[in-house]
Amino acid sequence: MSSYNLTHLAQLEHEAIFVLREVAAQFERPALLFSGGKDSIVMARLAQKAFAPARIPFPLVHIDTGHNFSEAIEYRDWFAQDIGARLVVRYVEDSIKAGRCQEEKGPNPSRNGLQTITLLDTIEEFKFDACLGGARRDEEKARAKERFFSHRDEFGQWDPKNQRPELWNLFNGRKNLGEHFRVFPLSNWTEMDVWQYIAREKLRIPSIYFSHTRRVVNRNGVLLAESPYITLLEGENYEERVVRYRTVGDSTCTGAVESPAATLAEVIQEVASARVTERGTRADDKRSESAMEDRKKAGYF
Amino acid sequence: MSAATPTASATAHTDEHYLSMDLLRFTTAGSVDDGKSTLIGRLLYDSKAIFEDTLENLERVTEQRGEDNLNLALLTDGLRAEREQGITIDVAYRYFATPKRKFIIADTPGHIQYTRNMVTGASTANLAIILIDARKGVIEQTCRHSFIASLLGIPHVVVAVNKMDLVDFSEARFNEIVAQFSEFASRLNIPDIKFIPISALHGDNVVDKSDRTPWYQGGALLYTLETVYIGSDHNHVDPRFSIQTVIRPNNDAHHDFRGFAGRVAGGVFKPGDDIVSLPSGLPAKIKSIHGPEGELAEAFAPMSVAITLDREIDSSRGDLFAKLNNQPVVTQDIEAMICWFSPKPLNPAGKYILRHTTRETKCALKAVRYKVDINTLRKQTEDVSVGMNDIGRIHVRTATPLMIDPYKRNRTTGSFILIDEFTNATVGAGMILWPDGGDRAPTDQFADMGGL
Repeated sequence: MSSYNLTHLAQLEHEAIFVLREVAAQFERPALLFSGGKDSIVMARLAQKAFAPARIPFPLVHIDTGHNFSEAIEYRDWFAQDIGARLVVRYVEDSIKAGRCQEEKGPNPSRNGLQTITLLDTIEEFKFDACLGGARRDEEKARAKERFFSHRDEFGQWDPKNQRPELWNLFNGRKNLGEHFRVFPLSNWTEMDVWQYIAREKLRIPSIYFSHTRRVVNRNGVLLAESPYITLLEGENYEERVVRYRTVGDSTCTGAVESPAATLAEVIQEVASARVTERGTRADDKRSESAMEDRKKAGYF
Repeated sequence: MSAATPTASATAHTDEHYLSMDLLRFTTAGSVDDGKSTLIGRLLYDSKAIFEDTLENLERVTEQRGEDNLNLALLTDGLRAEREQGITIDVAYRYFATPKRKFIIADTPGHIQYTRNMVTGASTANLAIILIDARKGVIEQTCRHSFIASLLGIPHVVVAVNKMDLVDFSEARFNEIVAQFSEFASRLNIPDIKFIPISALHGDNVVDKSDRTPWYQGGALLYTLETVYIGSDHNHVDPRFSIQTVIRPNNDAHHDFRGFAGRVAGGVFKPGDDIVSLPSGLPAKIKSIHGPEGELAEAFAPMSVAITLDREIDSSRGDLFAKLNNQPVVTQDIEAMICWFSPKPLNPAGKYILRHTTRETKCALKAVRYKVDINTLRKQTEDVSVGMNDIGRIHVRTATPLMIDPYKRNRTTGSFILIDEFTNATVGAGMILWPDGGDRAPTDQFADMGGL
């Protein structure tokens, strides 16, 4: 009997596949939010496995802030083509031009928050009723309270105090007209699990996850990459550093870490001995104690 | 895949050890007073699952709030309302690993009004840690937590007798509590109970064995979590497979492929097996089984696979594959224990939507047999109004047949949720006792958690 035991990574894989299939079965128009970041790459890989030998039965959707890392964008386009998936891209720039939202002011105006508006508009445009996201509960404390199937009202809002209890493997995706769900198949994965899965599956990932030389500015302890969207403050200078990224988000709020890790094995070694959380490099989370909870309530990823 | 793709190739390097670790899901129920947060904090901290920036943040917030000791509860209280009120509202999931195992903690608040969270956290757990304050012994809350662990079929329970430092690490006191709990637990259905004397605050018997309890022969708590045998927690006897969706590629390469996708809920399936599709009763033979890493020689719970058959039969989402010689009961009448989640009480004449495995059907309440007094475990048959956080026994009739097993035998084919037709909220969780429309309500004064 002892042979009927799955390793933890296999358990997480089987669980995520179950969730992805529930989404395909319970919803009419799901979408997979794909940024070219490691979590969405793993999620897309799991979706391939969930429906093989058929193709993934929903499109990949990316909300492009226009401030993304070019390596991630090139990867995104290559990946969609490689797996033969339909790719939908919508731009924050267009939302700004249409007067749907306004650019932030300040020395590093972030379009991170503005993505929410473009995302909700995209959901409405395509009538998506479920958006698959790669968020994990170990990332951030508001996310630790998140369900696999997370209900959003007709304004796209999350009500954390009134979530549906989620028992066993019974996911309740029932909703009224105009409401939708965010679904997180990787809820129980940790950063280490994601890296180990990338290694096990031999997945290709954008090069910015590996050590490279880049001009950065140190702003409040966050190393921000040189870009036209950042205005240097007095006393600030760009300097060359050997860095890599632990998360890939909007370049105006995602910091690099100094690292010599150039291979996957070295990255895994580094993650194993890391003493700072993954989102410690995210300036968007540092805005307040409840920054993530507030953004999520409004409809953020 | 040209050389110009903006990617770096993943090397084949994998950490063999990391990949071979298994997974233990456990739940902790209790209040701050029991030292639950201190215990979780210690497990996370000593296993290096708390990062420096998290810890610094914790120190900063603790200081802002003018508290003396590092408030480890702030680690798990992720929502603004929780931090403001100093209470845990919702289940929080925590992750840590030791070189032996990976762990998922479902940390649930212990107050009576949060029974529903405890039930939620317990539904997927292999193990429950029940904390007892050594000074207080077995109290009502202990009974409640143990009842829920038993009701939800958690196979392993660790009774951590905490604050042993405050009773001078007294062996006599420990034995007294063991006796108290064992007497009470004899009415429950918990196959494996272990007792550990600990001090979460000082770390005795948490990660390392304490030299202050030389009379204690067992291992430290972490050792127990690392070594408890979970290989038989799933049912590997009765083959059950609920169809989630049907995969039909409709392309030239896989023209005839028709894969029934789903998750094995019990037993073992192999190519060549004679199966029966329920409720239709149509037989077929398994042609192939496809897992995430390719074709499989066998599939068992909780694997997600796609099964192809040797002939075309009409099966779709909500249908269930079993073996010809081992089938679940197909019925529209169910006796079940129910835990109620909604502020709107259970309507004894109400209609609800019932979700069982991958099947959804309307159902009507036929009877509320009794309500459980969760602190004494006695049945209440006079007042059977089931409100939020109440647990009771009901009889339900469904609009279409379900393929069920008793919850005690299979946590997947034995469980269901009730959904409000109008709000779509999940209002109740059910554990099937037996498929029986008759009056099998037992006469014993105690509730049916032992009978589950």
